[in-house]
Amino acid sequence: MNIRAQVSTVFHLDKCIGCHTCSVACKNLWTDRKGAEYMWWNNVETKPGTGYPTKWEDQEQYKGGWERSGSQLQLKMGGKASSLGKIFHNPDLPTMDDYYEPFTFKYADLTNAPAGKDQPTARPVSMVSGKPMKIEAGPNWDDDLSGSNIYAANDPGVVQLSEEEQQQLFAIEKMVFFHLPRICNHCLNAGCVGSCPSGAIYKRGEDGIVLINQDKCRGWRMCVSGCPYKKTYYGWTTGKSEKCILCYPRQEAGEAPACFHSCVGRIRYLGVLLYDADQIEAVAMKEDSELAAAQREMILDPHDPQIQKAALKAGIAEEVLAAAQASPVYKFVKEWGIALPLHPEFRTLPMLFYVPPLLPVLSMENQGSQKMAEDFFTTLENARLPMRYLAGLFAGGNEEEVKAVYRRLIAVRIQRRSATVGDMDEAEVVKAREIAKVSSEQIEAIYRMTALTHIKQRIVVPPMLRDRAIEAGIDPETYKQEMGFGKRQAPKRRW
Amino acid sequence: MIDMILFGVFPYVAVALAVAVGIYRYCFDRYSWSSQSSQFLESKALFWGSVPWHYAILLILLAHLLAFLFPSAWGALLGEPGRLYFLEVTGIALGVTTILAMLVLIFRRAANDRVCAVTSKVDWALLIALLIQVTSGVYIAVTLRWGGFWYVHTVSPWLWSLVGFSPKIQYLAEMPFIVKLHAFNAFFLLALFPFSRLVHVVSVPLSYISRPYQVVVWYRQRSGN
Repeated sequence: MNIRAQVSTVFHLDKCIGCHTCSVACKNLWTDRKGAEYMWWNNVETKPGTGYPTKWEDQEQYKGGWERSGSQLQLKMGGKASSLGKIFHNPDLPTMDDYYEPFTFKYADLTNAPAGKDQPTARPVSMVSGKPMKIEAGPNWDDDLSGSNIYAANDPGVVQLSEEEQQQLFAIEKMVFFHLPRICNHCLNAGCVGSCPSGAIYKRGEDGIVLINQDKCRGWRMCVSGCPYKKTYYGWTTGKSEKCILCYPRQEAGEAPACFHSCVGRIRYLGVLLYDADQIEAVAMKEDSELAAAQREMILDPHDPQIQKAALKAGIAEEVLAAAQASPVYKFVKEWGIALPLHPEFRTLPMLFYVPPLLPVLSMENQGSQKMAEDFFTTLENARLPMRYLAGLFAGGNEEEVKAVYRRLIAVRIQRRSATVGDMDEAEVVKAREIAKVSSEQIEAIYRMTALTHIKQRIVVPPMLRDRAIEAGIDPETYKQEMGFGKRQAPKRRW
Repeated sequence: MIDMILFGVFPYVAVALAVAVGIYRYCFDRYSWSSQSSQFLESKALFWGSVPWHYAILLILLAHLLAFLFPSAWGALLGEPGRLYFLEVTGIALGVTTILAMLVLIFRRAANDRVCAVTSKVDWALLIALLIQVTSGVYIAVTLRWGGFWYVHTVSPWLWSLVGFSPKIQYLAEMPFIVKLHAFNAFFLLALFPFSRLVHVVSVPLSYISRPYQVVVWYRQRSGN
């Protein structure tokens, strides 16, 4: 057993209001510079929809993530040798048009225009070339456009649904969408790390944050293709790739990452998970439908004395172990089993988990009128969002996995309604709990964690132990640049 | 005198610049060490330029290098007409490929607004120097037959004399202008190497083949491991 700690996260989609505060917080902090305008390390998509970059989930087009090739795990973009053969031109690289060309407007024209009959206009200009351009895409271009023929209908998850299911999804009175905030998943079997020819991308051993060493990066761009979530971005002015750093400088100072801190809906949870690194490859080789469960299995119980002993032996500090015990992510993923990874079939073992959205699933016809437990469970099949669509997103197509989560979420709903409104038969509540296989105490805990916690319970940043990171006796000065003190040169082209 | 400067002195200046500035840049501004790919901004034309360019130029450079390093073996290899014709025809075909590919790359940089915006003056100097190099090379191959042969008796001894720090510039001084241009421009490109995106040629990531896919970096050596 090779125990490691991983700073992991949960996004509770029922609580996401799609306000993009997270995206803006991230942009202001990290990507508000030339060459990074188009990058959204954190973005919020509307589902069903095509997302950013357009149709990123379609790996037939982008060739991201891993696939099984015999008994081996191989990058979908090809083996190592073939990858080097494509170094002069990467056929699977998305171009700026797959994201959008950043633009601004010639605002000065509004005030400088000579007096005339027409209203002066500010024409859009490209932020790359500075020339006038036609705006055809932008950040979050298909926001709230679910049901549209151009966007939602082209969602790779929708395309694979049956005619009937698609009609169910797009019936005009039943139109439905939910928001999907996305950041880097800081995967255990990261595609970006595996595809980097320079070996510049690495996982930090202590906390599992995936970073790109900017001095080692030579701009071969394979990581952009290798990541199936398209969460590494090519800086077109610097010739380097960049990605979400999970705000490690903030975390090292005990602060929550900016997108977590600013989240209006308080949907974001962060905490340490312990896992067995020896199992990574075996888990990543499982069948599509087994991947979500297998990934849950490899997460270890920080309350188990045996695990604690092994973790200490593996060099995990006691403080980190304590943080793992207080981790809300462990509760969501393991104890309650209501959070699932996004697209586990990409086989990267993403460590960002989602509580699937309940509201759009339940609010069917007779909007607003509540149903009894029996109805809830039997109508799951006819939910406004087809189960197959959700299973395609969160469980590698395994509908049972998603349904199990929904049964629990519904049981929480019923028990809480019974407690607050009091119009439910106690027998109904008991039945809901039985079907969902959750206890009354668990439901109360889920309710508290979902609705009533303050930031220190939602976001349990482990101590990063910078003081112990350098061996005693070695001058910290010599480690300055390796230790997250950052670069002192501007990220721009100088030669 | 001018020949002495161009073929006796400048090669040393070029090599010194390449090594000294190259090391300086690698040590003090490693961040800048990159090929500055513009594929993200334009991908289709790049394919028709970059791929043929790189594979063809690599083979041509390999032939130049082999003829320089092993002149007698190279001479023996070309001794038989069949092999000579084969290598010359292959070389000219590859040379023409590089010219066409370079034209595609130059046109792409000039015509595409986005790519043009990320092109610096040094980039243009490099592209033009490369175009001059491959065009003069093909011109020599076509007009001054058989280059593969006379190279080993003229250019190779000159290069070896440079290596021995006793430049014998007479080998080059009597050559036609086009050969002189080709030889000078070669060292000009070498001098340009540390100042331009050409630095990427020494970053071939061959270690990728042998490393494990996943890379984990620890702050410190873990106890017990």
